[in-house]
Amino acid sequence: MENFTRLTPVVCGLAIILFSCNASPATGQDQAASASSAPAAQENNTEWPPPAAYIGGIPIYEEFSQAEPFFHFDNDTTYVVNFWATWCKPCVEELPYFEELTRAYEGQAVRVILVSLDFPRQFKTKLAPFVGERQLQSAVIALADGRYNDWIDKVSTEWTGAIPATYVYKRDKSRFIGTSVKSMAELEAAIRSL
Amino acid sequence: MKHLHLIFTFALALSAFACNGNAGAEQQSNAASEKSEAPAQTVALKHDGVGVGDKAPAFSLKNVDGKEYSFETIKDANGNDPKGYIVIFTCNTCPYAVASEQRIIDLHNKYAPMGYPVVAIQPNDPAVQPGDSFAAMKERAGEMGYPFLYLFDEGQEVYPRYGATRTPEVYLVDKSLTVRYTGAIDDSVRDAESVKEKFLENAIEAIEKGEEPKPAATKAVGCSIKAA
Repeated sequence: MENFTRLTPVVCGLAIILFSCNASPATGQDQAASASSAPAAQENNTEWPPPAAYIGGIPIYEEFSQAEPFFHFDNDTTYVVNFWATWCKPCVEELPYFEELTRAYEGQAVRVILVSLDFPRQFKTKLAPFVGERQLQSAVIALADGRYNDWIDKVSTEWTGAIPATYVYKRDKSRFIGTSVKSMAELEAAIRSL
Repeated sequence: MKHLHLIFTFALALSAFACNGNAGAEQQSNAASEKSEAPAQTVALKHDGVGVGDKAPAFSLKNVDGKEYSFETIKDANGNDPKGYIVIFTCNTCPYAVASEQRIIDLHNKYAPMGYPVVAIQPNDPAVQPGDSFAAMKERAGEMGYPFLYLFDEGQEVYPRYGATRTPEVYLVDKSLTVRYTGAIDDSVRDAESVKEKFLENAIEAIEKGEEPKPAATKAVGCSIKAA
């Protein structure tokens, strides 16, 4: 009796598999504007929320609500979400470990998302050049919402707002890392602990 | 609907796996190794420390004028014992602290005559963040004409007792040395022009009226405090 309604999504799903395999990776239609920023990282994501704009290929989210799906993806991938800014020295110092992780887990169900909290006026002048020059392989998004008190707890109640901060999750299991990351192994340990 | 959503999500995840082979070719290893001089210890988690209703930890710290100050020796703008203290952990180097600097000056100028002086405490270790050395603090305070105390948490013993994790971070302390409000100055640390709600000022007004601040605790993004 429910066969039809049950089948429809499966068919949809298959269609998507076919479609996404035909498209070259990292150039889904949403990503048309994407430049060199973080291409290879995006093909493994489900339902990336549509950004308000792209600057230098980086998806820009004006409101937290628009970016909120990034913190609640419900699939088999473990997401390693790092909050950073180009002006934050300890953030920049730990970026190589996230990059290392992205490379080491290429093709596996681990996805790093670097959430930039840069000043919106510096997205073009600082963030985009930084991401381009370093050829960051991890996905980079920028979150412009400065009403932090409204959304910090929606990421993790453990987070005071200090950056760097890293939120590792898979479905409903999560770990919050409120200190600077000192090695890729530390991130792997957090992933394994879920 | 939920069911459909799940399958849809699953299918997308599957499709991603199915395509990983293609993606690999594009990916070039680019080992841009970061050289970090003094590895910074940073803290974005609240561990021990005080919250609303707790006693504010005592301190005796050196001001940019070279004198030591504690709650007992701090006066308001009229030379009287304060009705409260606006303790703000802040520094020279954090862009959000810099963005808040004028607001902190204005707060002191408005509230110190009413009995609530600003007491700024710089918690970063200059060994990790040279721009926050005592000499640099003096220079900044001089340049900007800080009307408030700018104390150096030398040895970094005071900020952990408060449980402060970032700059800027506020603890509003009343006459009985009880913490009444913690968190952000307002709802837009990054940009003064976008402020809609002045959390700290509202908290002071509440205390003045004998009420409890609402909200009594807020959060904001800030620079993690740097310790060696």
